[in-house]
Amino acid sequence: MTLAPEKKSKKTKKLSMKARYEALTRGLDWEPSYVAKDEMFPHLDYEGIKIHDWAAWEDPFRLTIDSYCKYQAEKDKRLYAVLDGFAQGQGHLSLTDASYLNAMKVFIQGVTPLEYGAHRHFAYLARHFAGPGPRFAALCQSIDEIRHMQTEIHTLSNYNKYYSGMHNWPENFDRVWYLSVPKSFFEDALSCGPFEFLIAVGFSFEYLLTNLLFVPFMSGASFNGDLPTMTFGFSAQSDESRHMTLGLEAIKFLLEQDEANVEIVQGWIDKWFWRSYRVTALVAQMLDYMLPRKVMSWKESFELYFEEQMLGGLFEDLAFYGIKPPRHVEDAIKEKELLSHQVYWTLYQFSFAAGFTTTAPTDEHLDWLSQAYPDTFDKYYRPLWEKEKKNIENGGRHFARGLPQLCQVCQVPMLFTEPGEPSVLAQHESEFEGEIYHTCSNGCQWIFDREPEKYRQAWLPVHQILQGNCGGPTVPDVLEWYGLQDGDAGEYIGSRDHKNWVAWQGEAAADTAAPTEKAGA
Amino acid sequence: MSEQTAADQTQTKAVRDVGVVIQESESNRPVIEAIEQDNPECTTMHTPGLVRITAPGRIVINQETVEEKVGREWETHEFQMAIVSYFGNIQEWDDDEIVIAWDH
Repeated sequence: MTLAPEKKSKKTKKLSMKARYEALTRGLDWEPSYVAKDEMFPHLDYEGIKIHDWAAWEDPFRLTIDSYCKYQAEKDKRLYAVLDGFAQGQGHLSLTDASYLNAMKVFIQGVTPLEYGAHRHFAYLARHFAGPGPRFAALCQSIDEIRHMQTEIHTLSNYNKYYSGMHNWPENFDRVWYLSVPKSFFEDALSCGPFEFLIAVGFSFEYLLTNLLFVPFMSGASFNGDLPTMTFGFSAQSDESRHMTLGLEAIKFLLEQDEANVEIVQGWIDKWFWRSYRVTALVAQMLDYMLPRKVMSWKESFELYFEEQMLGGLFEDLAFYGIKPPRHVEDAIKEKELLSHQVYWTLYQFSFAAGFTTTAPTDEHLDWLSQAYPDTFDKYYRPLWEKEKKNIENGGRHFARGLPQLCQVCQVPMLFTEPGEPSVLAQHESEFEGEIYHTCSNGCQWIFDREPEKYRQAWLPVHQILQGNCGGPTVPDVLEWYGLQDGDAGEYIGSRDHKNWVAWQGEAAADTAAPTEKAGA
Repeated sequence: MSEQTAADQTQTKAVRDVGVVIQESESNRPVIEAIEQDNPECTTMHTPGLVRITAPGRIVINQETVEEKVGREWETHEFQMAIVSYFGNIQEWDDDEIVIAWDH
């Protein structure tokens, strides 16, 4: 195996990519001699997955240590140059509006900690898989994930100097009600066996849904003047392509190794599609409601990145192995015209207890929603906002009183409706050992009923508040325990961020003696 | 999509698209041009900051074409700097080419 410095001549004498990858992943592997192999890799049997030949794992990226380090260093260099320039040039003042940062508050509170969780668990896989190919791919992904966490923190720390809601995200993640949605999702995955985790995160989250999470969102950042987020997003996504490959390689490898694996893998796809999909509910509302300048609607992005690419492309490929599209996928499709509206309407009413602010859509925004959702918005949701507009005119901006009931599985408030019946709230009940558990959908109920011993243990934020475990009985008690401060929560108009923004923009306008009207302000 | 899965399988298989999403930047422009040249059936879609290139069945990225466009040596690993996402399967990532296609 040669790791000589690369020569710049066209006819290089170094090994081919394939040979270098072989040397790294096969040549450096060894058979244990003083312990048995199953003692060295003790976690690989209990899920029922059968692997006959670990050597059959082939990483198409054929990544080696030298090229990994070289390109990751280059990616970081490019990103930090952008961050520095943006900070030096007071780039935050060129955002479309300070309300845009609500999306980034949800991001650093809810997504950044997941990167750290992924870092930890891929490090575990890098130790525990019995094949050198997947071990090395998992090692790279583990390092990628901690890079993502770090670059996200560095990117958003510049905004944290000027704006609310980003100062206490690690504690927020552990405590705040809506953040238990991503937290419980990921901890559900972390507490699975190694193969289920790989299907949960490597395949279902990274391959099936990562595009929905990152791509339209990063375009949104680009369109709203958030150059640093766009840059970290794309920098992370370039790693994500490798992670998608790992996920896809993983599923094909498992399916090819033994026919008995097919049924197990199908069960995991069914479960983790729905678990991951429910987390994207937070993204749906960001796309449709939190971006002052819109890129594409949730519906469009769901159709493009999920229905067309995954159902139309990927699942046709997996049909070869006897894999069917995820159970409950039809429910997700039926929900695409409702999801973002239902979620935002709820967040709007509960943002008095959140690490971000919300505001009623402007008339222009409502028109955009009507046009993007011609079959549902005018019928079900526009009237709510028109009514709310009257409330606001009369000085009565609406906040919910009381606490929402949460789904036992996804932990989203029970705000969803039955598939195909947009005005019937979904309220599913399961009984387990004499207790009743509530779930928000066919998908979550199916997941609960499959593993009630696991999901009965859920740390449901609302139950915890009512049990007295969250700082005290009043809203201010709970907010203090959440680590939120004045200015973090509530209505955007008139909030600290909004007032600062108007003042800063006013200064700029006064300087040029050409006052401009700011959208959304 | 429902009509796609329900449709005649063999016909669908022949036309199933694969795609790659690339960050739209000055340094990636030659890479995008190379892909367009080597995959004449491809279509491109622009969203802020991104180019999404799709083609029926297969997309190939040739080292030689990229090197012509970029005017210097370019190793296929460098494509990692450009790619944001893809759909399909990476069938080949070699010294001279990258191929994205479905397996079945």
